[in-house]
Amino acid sequence: MSIENLKVNDPFADDVGDTQPKNYVHIRIQQRNGRKTLTTVQGLSKEYSPKALLKAFKKEYACNGTIIQDKDMGEVIQLQGDHRTKVMDFLTDKGSDKMGKYALAKENIKIHGF
Amino acid sequence: MTDTEEAPTFDPSLKKKKPRKSVAFEAENGDEVNREENNNNAESQSLAEAGEGGEQKEGEEGAAEMFKGKKKKKVKKADGDDDATGDVAEFDPTAMKKKKKKKASKEKTEGDSFDAALAEAGVVPRGAGEEGAEDAEPALPEDTGDLLLGTGVWNAASTVDLTYPLLLTRFFTLLRSQHPDLAGDGRRSYKIPPPQVLREGNKKTIFANISDICKRMKRGDEHVTQFLFAELGTSGSVDGSKRLVIRGKFQQKQLENVLRRYILEYVTCRTCKSPDTDLKKGENRLFFVTCNSCGSRRSVAAIKTGFQATVGKRRRQQT
Repeated sequence: MSIENLKVNDPFADDVGDTQPKNYVHIRIQQRNGRKTLTTVQGLSKEYSPKALLKAFKKEYACNGTIIQDKDMGEVIQLQGDHRTKVMDFLTDKGSDKMGKYALAKENIKIHGF
Repeated sequence: MTDTEEAPTFDPSLKKKKPRKSVAFEAENGDEVNREENNNNAESQSLAEAGEGGEQKEGEEGAAEMFKGKKKKKVKKADGDDDATGDVAEFDPTAMKKKKKKKASKEKTEGDSFDAALAEAGVVPRGAGEEGAEDAEPALPEDTGDLLLGTGVWNAASTVDLTYPLLLTRFFTLLRSQHPDLAGDGRRSYKIPPPQVLREGNKKTIFANISDICKRMKRGDEHVTQFLFAELGTSGSVDGSKRLVIRGKFQQKQLENVLRRYILEYVTCRTCKSPDTDLKKGENRLFFVTCNSCGSRRSVAAIKTGFQATVGKRRRQQT
């Protein structure tokens, strides 16, 4: 069946709006003791290898980090220090040879924290 | 985040209407308010009551008024033009003058319609404003007199034609001094007291006026608290005098940023940008924001705390 008219088009589709789970990538910050912070990147889709990303992050920002297996959130990249904007730039940069065409759209990334 | 962060500071040199900004804090409007006060003092008739009492209301109805004002303009135009011709009658009737005259009348009608709109909103328009608007019609381009008093250049008797920028300056000065809520763009006049942040000890931050802010936004304390904690990635509690104690060090600016985001997400109406909205729990556990000024209804995402890294002493891992 490929009749164009029969495609179901829900007129109320937009009513649900933001509540539909968009696959956001969440970049969060967490305070540690003193002026130390952690940056977590959560919600990367399966196409991205967290391991490779972490390696790139660590090299780029000269920080340490790890991948955490979380029960609900899956794999979360955790970096030492506040790298929120930098991570954002990294993930959205189409020009870089690391992300290239796999760069994310800015709308799909949410930065949390202050 | 990026657009929430652009500072909505007021630039008096900018005469254009700025791109609408939905949220504004009082802190940033401080200079505006001060200017308003100064102008009021300079004016013979101060409109303190209108400024204070009507402010909130104006803010909320700002958008509506703008439209009203626009509609009015056409109606008002007729008599406005008449006035202008009377005023400019002594000028040489050249093409240039005609153009100026039109502009002048337009300025005036705009001012009038704002007044009218305000009057409708229940704020009593004062005589001074209208007088000023009429008196100041023709003026000298140089050595400007007191704009608000209508003296010198701005006197009705002066016969020198006005340049457009001059008129524009006058319009905006008057507008700002008398209806600060309509200046800017009429929408981002939503004011919320800046968060008062104190430090308790070394590791805790007290958010003192959270209940006040919540009342302004018409949101429950818990909802705002939950959002704050989720965004900041911390926890905290409410102390005896309803202040919020947040774990971690936070500055006022940071909390302000988070609040700004909260307002953007959960308070302002997406359709009309009005902050006059209600948050209700609708069917199947979804939260809905209903706008009181345009009636639109949209669902908002529930607040979710994301991944929380273990910080500090690690508890023994259960395996």
